[in-house]
Amino acid sequence: MSALLTVSDVHIAYGKVEAVRGVSLDVASNEIVTIIGANGAGKTTLLNAVMGILPLKGRTTFAGIDLAPLDIEDRVATGLSLVPEHRELFGTMNVEDNLELGAFRIARATAATSLERVYALFPRLKERRKQLAGTLSGGEQQMLAMGRALMGAPKLLMLDEPSLGLAPIIVADIFRIVTELRTAGVSVLLVEQNAQAALQIADRAYVMELGEFVLSGTAKEIASNKRVAASYLGFQHEGESAI
Amino acid sequence: MNTTIMLFLLQDGITNGAIYALLGLALVLVFAVTRVILIPQGEFVTYGALSYAMLATGQVPGTAQLAVAMGLVAFALDLFFARKALHARLVMRSAALNIVFPVALLGLTYALVGPNTPIAVNIALALLIVAAIGLFLYRIAFQPIAHTSVLVLLIASVGCHLALQGLGLVFFGAEGLRGPALSNAAVTAGPLRFTGQSLAVYGLTVAFIVALWLFFGYTKTGKALRATAVNRLGARLVGIRTTLSGQIAFLLASVIGALSGILIVPITTLYYDTGFLIGLKGFIAAIIGGLVSYPLTAVAAILVGIVEAFSSFYASNFKEVIVFFLILPVLVLRSLAAPQVEEEKD
Repeated sequence: MSALLTVSDVHIAYGKVEAVRGVSLDVASNEIVTIIGANGAGKTTLLNAVMGILPLKGRTTFAGIDLAPLDIEDRVATGLSLVPEHRELFGTMNVEDNLELGAFRIARATAATSLERVYALFPRLKERRKQLAGTLSGGEQQMLAMGRALMGAPKLLMLDEPSLGLAPIIVADIFRIVTELRTAGVSVLLVEQNAQAALQIADRAYVMELGEFVLSGTAKEIASNKRVAASYLGFQHEGESAI
Repeated sequence: MNTTIMLFLLQDGITNGAIYALLGLALVLVFAVTRVILIPQGEFVTYGALSYAMLATGQVPGTAQLAVAMGLVAFALDLFFARKALHARLVMRSAALNIVFPVALLGLTYALVGPNTPIAVNIALALLIVAAIGLFLYRIAFQPIAHTSVLVLLIASVGCHLALQGLGLVFFGAEGLRGPALSNAAVTAGPLRFTGQSLAVYGLTVAFIVALWLFFGYTKTGKALRATAVNRLGARLVGIRTTLSGQIAFLLASVIGALSGILIVPITTLYYDTGFLIGLKGFIAAIIGGLVSYPLTAVAAILVGIVEAFSSFYASNFKEVIVFFLILPVLVLRSLAAPQVEEEKD
């Protein structure tokens, strides 16, 4: 498997405060990689910087292309896509318009088949296609944000906290769809606080604490790591304290 | 007051209101997409009107040369900002838009200008010249500072207004100009007489509003512009270039401004600085519409036109005072409602 996204020794600062320090990661084709960590660890900052929303120091390449000189729009054109934490939908436009705009850079004929694929993945969106995006429930908005990103036929989808604030049944649905994406040839970089759910579907995982990766490995290894189990999965091994 | 006078005043008010509606819609569009309060909208009106009037007398207006000069600056800026990743396609594209287009337009103007040039050709030339100026104005003055606050953009906007107004004095002189009417036909209905010109104002206003509605509702570019207005980051994340959206918004605004000018210059004498006051009345309508609502802006513009017509009949000295006074109760009402508006946004 060749590396699709590589991030090497990346530093990201808000003014003088360094939020991410010397982080390196890679995502291969057809792989689900997750970054888990507590609130404020720097996960969202890292995704936003890879997408070009925030400036970073270090080297990032995607599909062999150096990302440094590219704007957000150019990064989208290379097949990189971000579903941000706040979803950033077009609230006063309807579901179908949101999805069609997701295929802004794609030829009309290809967009039509993408639309059918997205509706097949998220039947709920088809039912609501004339409803304004701003009036959807939280789960539906998350589905729409993912659907909109998929309309652009990305090679790598970066999901920022897709489960945040959603009911467990909807979270399960969304994670099921993430695994289906891998089957369809889309790689996923998943940032999650819900470590248990993320580790269940991921191939590999990184654990982020205070702006640094403290652990990395296959999802199974990480899930069976005692420290991770105690801090992020909410159960303790015998004879261990929680922290 | 008898009914006849009232009907006359209403007719007059609606004709002016239609123009204000066009300008107000352009202001709302530009603000929604770029957050720029487009003070130079009035200059687009003047430039369109006076370029058309000069072309009708067989002269080449200075605006045609201005477009070439601004194009050169825009080209230089394009090269400067892309200096790290310069490639041939980008240079060719920028040269075609910023140099070839305005130079060709200037050449075309020299070739076609004359005392017997058809009105339609003069209108097309005036519209194209002002469209080019609008496009380059965005590239030069606003695109490099697109990420700054509304206040910074407003200050830049005032600067552009002053610069363009000064240039207007150079190009057109201090004397006012009038242009030839689009049509000399007239229709009489009861006591009212509709000139061909006022019918053209109604017709073109309605046509433009319908065209804008179709553009924003049904085309990919129109939807992308709306998306940029609703959520800039969201738009960038699907690959919509906010600079392109800004350029299109300015292009539409300059064409709307120039068209408004061309429509009124046969009715009233325009001076190099008249556009500002006309633009301000469009601005009042846009403010009443909260700088977001297109239908509310259009209705408010008609109201502004009617209030203006009646106040010029009853108290012509206070005509402008009364019109601009309209903005006060609206601002008070809006400020009372403001906390709720902010809640809705989140």
